Amino acid sequence: MTQEKHEQQGLNLDQWLGAYAARANTLSVSEVRALFAVVSRPEVVSLAGGMPYVSALPKELLSQTYSTLMSTRGDAALQYGSGQGDPILRDQIRELMALEGIHSSVEDLIITTGSQHGLDLLSGLFLDEGDVVLAEAPSYVGAIGIFRHYEAHIEHVYTDDDGMSPEALQESIDKMLAAGRKIKFLYLVPNFGNPSGVTLSEPRRHQILEICRKHHILVIEDNPYGLLYFDEKPPLAMRSYNEDGVIYLGSFSKILAPGFRVGYVLAPPAIRDKMVLANESALLCPSSFSQMMISEYLATADWQKQIDTFRGVYRERRDAALQAMHDYLPGVRTTQPKGGFYLWLTLPKGIDSKAMLPLAVKELVAYTPGTAFFGNGSGQDNLRISFSYPTPDNIKLGIKRLATVINLQTELLDTFGPKGGRE
Amino acid sequence: MIPKQHNSDKLVIQLLAGGISHERDISLKSARRVADALTEQGATVIIREPDGHLLEYIETDKPDVIWPVLHGATGEDGALRDILALTGVPFIGAGAEAARLAWDKSIAKTLVSRIGIQTPVSVTLPKEAFRELDASEILKIVSNSIALPLVVKPARSGSAQGVTVVRDVNELSKAMIDAYVYCDVVIIERLVEGIELAVSVIDLGAGAIALPAVEIEPVAGNFGFEERYTAGETNYFVPARMTAGLSERVAKVAIDAHELLGLRHMSRIDMIVDESETIWFLEANVQPGLTETSLLPLSVLAAKQTLGETYYSLAVAAHRGRG
Repeated sequence: MTQEKHEQQGLNLDQWLGAYAARANTLSVSEVRALFAVVSRPEVVSLAGGMPYVSALPKELLSQTYSTLMSTRGDAALQYGSGQGDPILRDQIRELMALEGIHSSVEDLIITTGSQHGLDLLSGLFLDEGDVVLAEAPSYVGAIGIFRHYEAHIEHVYTDDDGMSPEALQESIDKMLAAGRKIKFLYLVPNFGNPSGVTLSEPRRHQILEICRKHHILVIEDNPYGLLYFDEKPPLAMRSYNEDGVIYLGSFSKILAPGFRVGYVLAPPAIRDKMVLANESALLCPSSFSQMMISEYLATADWQKQIDTFRGVYRERRDAALQAMHDYLPGVRTTQPKGGFYLWLTLPKGIDSKAMLPLAVKELVAYTPGTAFFGNGSGQDNLRISFSYPTPDNIKLGIKRLATVINLQTELLDTFGPKGGRE
Repeated sequence: MIPKQHNSDKLVIQLLAGGISHERDISLKSARRVADALTEQGATVIIREPDGHLLEYIETDKPDVIWPVLHGATGEDGALRDILALTGVPFIGAGAEAARLAWDKSIAKTLVSRIGIQTPVSVTLPKEAFRELDASEILKIVSNSIALPLVVKPARSGSAQGVTVVRDVNELSKAMIDAYVYCDVVIIERLVEGIELAVSVIDLGAGAIALPAVEIEPVAGNFGFEERYTAGETNYFVPARMTAGLSERVAKVAIDAHELLGLRHMSRIDMIVDESETIWFLEANVQPGLTETSLLPLSVLAAKQTLGETYYSLAVAAHRGRG
């Protein structure tokens, strides 16, 4: 049939396949990602993406900001800028960070293209293949993507309703050290975590800092949600207790708008120097326009009032989500976030949230499967609900549909027995 | 998008893309590729979502031809095609009835087997069947009567979504669930080992012709979703490495299946050729994928045609009521 079969070369649609760096293997298309395409249809209630509700931001305010910026610093806003970021904005960020107990020099701040970029720069500085990153269980999906890309080993540390467990952290460190592994840093989102919604308690902050100090492990504190508390302020930032051992990541994406792509990193001076050089290598400089728009906004607008507005919007949505969970999914455990964007659900035993997603798409609701938040395949029986973007009515509708999906999936599991679900 | 000057000699073509389907993303990618190719031919191309404003879009755009570049339900199951037929605007691809028959793999298999085309032995199981019958007993009977390895797949789905190759009977239950999340009807089919082929059929009005067959050789494992849509994960041989005689037989099976199912303008027939050179029909694709990694475009290029000319010829054929 195929006389010449072994002599012919097949057509490979990627002619550069042999040229990629080994780390490119961490990047591939996925069926789950393709399924998310439906969320752009209005019929689908998306509880998947953690998108801020930017409609709550008065656009005329930004129009005014733009006009003022163009008439006062227009040329500078359209020009290249400093690799470390605009000094005026850096000074204003100090004021913002002071709200969470951080006092710093403007010299130690670096502006990045979103805090995601800051984390990528840090990972590039610190991670070699096989190095260990300690992270919450579950941890932020975007951080996991970066750590994987740098071929790090992600060691998840048990996390409960008070955040990461210090005892479990100590155990993980002992385990890694006993195995001869090199631990590079601990990464965590201590306030209203993504995806868990939980907040690290104040006593645990001190305990974790002490454990890390003892083992000379750097802490990366990622805090995009800290100012979005609903009732009480969360404890002070970990960086406020330790200047040398904590790198702090902040962002304007949640308290203003992600479209600007502006975040910042507060790092000890030696690390800061390398960060600035890395930032310049990657980008030359962060967007001058975005930085100056934000700087002008902070200088002229009542930004604290705007954050209050966001808090009110997200509190109402959190309440709608918890009420809907109570009404439609009373048997499903959820975290009870006191700020931020997310609920973290634990499904009845045997249900695999990733495998269930096509059924959810059929029922016009989307969520993020729990496995996305682990680097080791865990989280099959979890899923994340984001309540930040849909209206309260849509949140209720979405959770009602999710209940239908879970019921249908439970029926399938019941029909096909214990081996039908997760083995 | 860069606005193109309207060429009054050329057709206005409305592409319908996206939709609420598991393959929405693929549809959008296909449509953007088709739009590029048609625009190069001078056509005016408008991409629209098939949503509640569909009739409004048709009225506004006044297309000469509509191309539902939709994968998955509504686009391929005939529902939308019924509505398009009512508008009176010519459209590219199968009519509603043919789409309904071909889109359901179990129906398509039954029909082609009636004209002597081989198709792997299979059982079709609607979810409702398990309300009254014991699942473990049924699966035991099925796995005993159809020897392992098996393929479990949704009866109505594409892009290999929900498809599992089962080599161990203990994996069968999970495979059933993974298929039922896509569709309420599941096919359990005997796995035929052999050369996997995709044969695209084009009919511009002068009769259906089979384009060079694409032989599919995934770098590792099955030809699943990732292998289909990640450039580099699969090696293709176009034309397939076959003798002239086998190549002719393969082309005939594809054309026969296309015609029997009443498909129009284009289709893609997927098949396996086993060691004894038996050709096994697997499924017919009402609207084949047209992305940069899809199989029909590879066949067009292997036939020394350009995508733009071929796609535009399909539009002309539809416009003239041919094909």
